[in-house]
Amino acid sequence: MHTPAELVTLAFRNPAVIHQFSLGDWDRLVRQARQADLLARLHNLLCKNGFDAAIPAVARWHFEAATVHAEIQKAGLRRELKRLREQLAGLDFPLVALKGTAYVAADLLAASGRHIDDIDLLVPLERLAEVESALASAGWHAAHLPEYDQRYYRRWRYFATLLQHLRHATMVNLHHAIVPDTARFRPDAARLRRRATEVPSFPGVAVLSTEDRILYAATLMFHDGELPHGLRDLSDLDLLLRQAASEANFWSRLLIRAEEMELGRPLFYALRYAQDFFDTPVPDEVQAGLTSVAPSRATLRLMDGIYTRMLAPQHHSCEDDLAPLARQAVYLRAHWLRRPPRLLVPHLLHKVFISPRQRDPRPA
Amino acid sequence: MKLLQLPPSELRRQLASQGIWLRTGPFSLRIRSHIDSIAEGLSELYGQFEVRNPHETFADFHVDVDSHISLRHWLSPRVNFSFDSVEPFKPLPLEQAYPMLERGLSWCVSAHAHQYLMIHAAVVEKDGRVAMLAAPAGSGKSTLVAGLVLSGWRLLSDELALIDRKTGWIHPLPRPIGLGNESIAMISAFSPDAFLYRGSHDKAKNTVAYLRPPKESVQRQHEPAQPGWIIFPKWVVDGEPELLPRSKQQAFRFLTQYAFNYTRLGAEAFRVCRELIQQVDYFDFEYSRLEQAVAAFNRLAASVTTSEAGN
Repeated sequence: MHTPAELVTLAFRNPAVIHQFSLGDWDRLVRQARQADLLARLHNLLCKNGFDAAIPAVARWHFEAATVHAEIQKAGLRRELKRLREQLAGLDFPLVALKGTAYVAADLLAASGRHIDDIDLLVPLERLAEVESALASAGWHAAHLPEYDQRYYRRWRYFATLLQHLRHATMVNLHHAIVPDTARFRPDAARLRRRATEVPSFPGVAVLSTEDRILYAATLMFHDGELPHGLRDLSDLDLLLRQAASEANFWSRLLIRAEEMELGRPLFYALRYAQDFFDTPVPDEVQAGLTSVAPSRATLRLMDGIYTRMLAPQHHSCEDDLAPLARQAVYLRAHWLRRPPRLLVPHLLHKVFISPRQRDPRPA
Repeated sequence: MKLLQLPPSELRRQLASQGIWLRTGPFSLRIRSHIDSIAEGLSELYGQFEVRNPHETFADFHVDVDSHISLRHWLSPRVNFSFDSVEPFKPLPLEQAYPMLERGLSWCVSAHAHQYLMIHAAVVEKDGRVAMLAAPAGSGKSTLVAGLVLSGWRLLSDELALIDRKTGWIHPLPRPIGLGNESIAMISAFSPDAFLYRGSHDKAKNTVAYLRPPKESVQRQHEPAQPGWIIFPKWVVDGEPELLPRSKQQAFRFLTQYAFNYTRLGAEAFRVCRELIQQVDYFDFEYSRLEQAVAAFNRLAASVTTSEAGN
């Protein structure tokens, strides 16, 4: 398989390499890291290794500004989550935090330098109406989407509701499933919720179990059609795995759970690309344990060609001629996994021919 | 090397190929463009600024201003601004290329430079003390800044006050001062020799001209200065210039409303604003004639110098 040559992943795999960087390399590194949303995390890693003095003076502010922003955003998220829990005080079940929200709430390694725009929560489908109405009386209402999108998501892809607040900038994403209920592989959200554990510092807020949190991140990654933060998400996985590896029997628990949830394939890909880009330590027996769920050699070669391009920072310094094709392929593959063809074909036709004309003007 | 030392044909060639590396205040830019008005605007307005060979060096902001090809606009060409392939604005008609570059450069700073508390205000300095001028568009702020700068005040910025979060001092970012229709007439009358670069239009087809930043302001673009006053200027049809003290609360409210990154910096922004507010005086300022306004500002600066000499 390829060895990624991007400077940003090179620096993550071996931070000491920055001592050999020229100013021109730093120029590319900062741009790639910004594009991948990894500036603050890389800064954190360099500081941890005692290499922050090696950052050239001209480049330093880019790292520091990103770190300041990430830290303030995380403090804001903690405040917002506490407030949200108070607004939902009447609920007799815990809110399960997902993705970045969970990493920050549980203070995991994967919260390092993480920018978080939305609060992601998982609630049982049968309690969704109750949660929504409690939130509505506290000032949260459904975010605006173009009409076709709203109709489509309501009918077919309804697994999360995006809410915004009258006064606060944060958005809340209320999930009741892991992937759309039209998807081919559909892990049961209730089984994930059952194993979630409450965070001591956030009464009433829970996070998924160590294995489930990794399987969930892997599933999302290999079901996403655009991967706007692909490398950042892979770096989250890398940090989740490194932290979990110190728990007793972690790897065998992970393999058992992956089989139980039928999520071996996304786990296979997640481990493969995390090792490839971030040198994530994975024991040999784990790789051997996943051979039964590995794709055929031809499929794997195709997937490598696609994902090594898609996960690289989407910066022109990392792109070759096949990168746009790879992006198309990931988009189509994700749609294929999420929807049967009778839904997929009309949806894509609408997206290509009608949606571009209706696009709302973006704020400048 | 200064930009004016590059022959125009060489400037054009470099802009269209590897780009021009340019330093403005604390930031370095790498600008690429095939558009003639961009090369012309840069050579008319940025002559005093340092340029370097862009190879193997670091630039804070990599920007491209180039024509935007689309089926919809094939009859009226458009121009697009991009920051490392991020496009913060919609494409504009080609004749607005130069204003788009200036607007884009301000966006690059205000969207990223959180090492500063950034306030939307013009900044000028005399005798080591800085006046921050804050007002909505159309209140004659840019005219006043241009008048002051043409009368010996140092230009730090015409729209971005970069406040150092550690020291509270303000860092210069002297770039061309954008002037609308009425300001152009007032400045031409005030200082017939002032160099204005024209030939660009904003959205309403009004002429926009840019006043070249004075040479001394550019030479001193790495010298931060201490805040002295926050002034809210307003142009009125007639009347004597008048400085009316404002309350601390009003000044504080201004800072929080006009800061680009107040919410992003959270409690840190509150702390910086609170310290700033202790150091400065705040006034409303009405004026109708530019000469009188400049004289009033000079008296304000002199009053500090004499009271300090008296102590």
